[in-house]
Amino acid sequence: MQDRPSVRELLDAVRAFLEEDVVPALEGPRQFHARVAANVLAIVGRELAGEEASLLAEWQRLALVLGEDASAPPARLEALRAAVRDATAALGERIRRGDADAEPFRAAARSHVRATVEDKLRVANPRFVRS
Amino acid sequence: MAIEHLRRLAGGASREIWAFDAVLPGGALERLVLRRDPPGHQVHSSRRDEFALLAAAHAAGLRVPRVRWCEEDAAVLGSPFFVMDFVAGETLARRLLRDAEYAPARAALPGQLATALAGIHALDARAPELAFLPRPPADATPAAAELARHEQLYRAVTLDPHPALELALRWLAAAPPAPHAETLVHGDFRIGNVIFGPEGLRAVLDWELAHVGDPLEDLGWLCVRAWRFGADARPVGGLCQREEFFAAYARAGGTPVDPAAVRWWEVFGNLKWAIICVMQARSFVDGVRSVELASLGRRVAEMELELLELTEA
Repeated sequence: MQDRPSVRELLDAVRAFLEEDVVPALEGPRQFHARVAANVLAIVGRELAGEEASLLAEWQRLALVLGEDASAPPARLEALRAAVRDATAALGERIRRGDADAEPFRAAARSHVRATVEDKLRVANPRFVRS
Repeated sequence: MAIEHLRRLAGGASREIWAFDAVLPGGALERLVLRRDPPGHQVHSSRRDEFALLAAAHAAGLRVPRVRWCEEDAAVLGSPFFVMDFVAGETLARRLLRDAEYAPARAALPGQLATALAGIHALDARAPELAFLPRPPADATPAAAELARHEQLYRAVTLDPHPALELALRWLAAAPPAPHAETLVHGDFRIGNVIFGPEGLRAVLDWELAHVGDPLEDLGWLCVRAWRFGADARPVGGLCQREEFFAAYARAGGTPVDPAAVRWWEVFGNLKWAIICVMQARSFVDGVRSVELASLGRRVAEMELELLELTEA
């Protein structure tokens, strides 16, 4: 166990430094890049907070869409990431083959893809998702 | 002749833009801009070609900077460059869409952009000095050819599976529009690529993606959500409704507008911008150090959501 400040607190400290001290002191392309850097730190903070729960839900949705057993998700985070990635690649292949051109797979695939894209946006750019 | 006030202007990740004043013998002063490839940078377009396009557009009376001279010998300044007149004004789209100062520009721009686009599409793409322009292959429509080219790019560079982009690719492949006309296409016509003042349009910039194709490609690209900078109630560049823009384009003598075909190009435009962001993320992962490239990888989801919404019906 690491001492305080936590990862989240450290990220917030660097982000505040960039936004409040660095951005106003720069101009032109470097000011723009400092702003982008602060935004990247905000993304990292949001991802750390919710990654595992979000991956688990995504894994379960994928298993349902692809007609696979959804009862035993991988226990370790790294394995869960790899399983979601493999299942997403399989879904992409099925869409490419035309399986999602017609119902009922079309609606199931689109609904899962939309939920996943909204999850990504809640991390990358929460303001972009219309409520 | 003396060079004064040399300064680098913001904007242009793959191109350097420098402004300077040339003081001529006798004291007359010319405000000029030099556009050059960053030395050592992999460049896929030529300064000579862009120079020729700007010259043709200027000769036709379009609002573009007047070009002055072009130097292709890298020995002179380290890489090829050309010089054009300095056009004073603003290029930040967010200012255009939000600042009170630019309210008159917001009112004038739909008509001015439509007129500019109709003028671009009326340029003679068969003129010998424009022979360098990429053209669609003989055996495919511009829409089908562009779709195939971008799908290939996407598959070559993507690091992650993107089911949302696969859905969009299927939707687009089902019905690429037949072109009503084949003209010069600007290729990157949007509000981030023009110079404007409080009164409206001053110059159309960034011609390096110009090609011969379906003119409706430019209309669809202008409607892509990313170029609205948050002003989503007005789909055309955050400025106006689609129907209003199409009518202004028709009044200015533009090619016939088929709204369904423009819609196809708008969907394609969102996919294209998503693929460009995937490519930027790939460059970063492959070792190009840039926080901007890194962040673009996480913007792909924005286009994915927009693609899902556009193809829902």
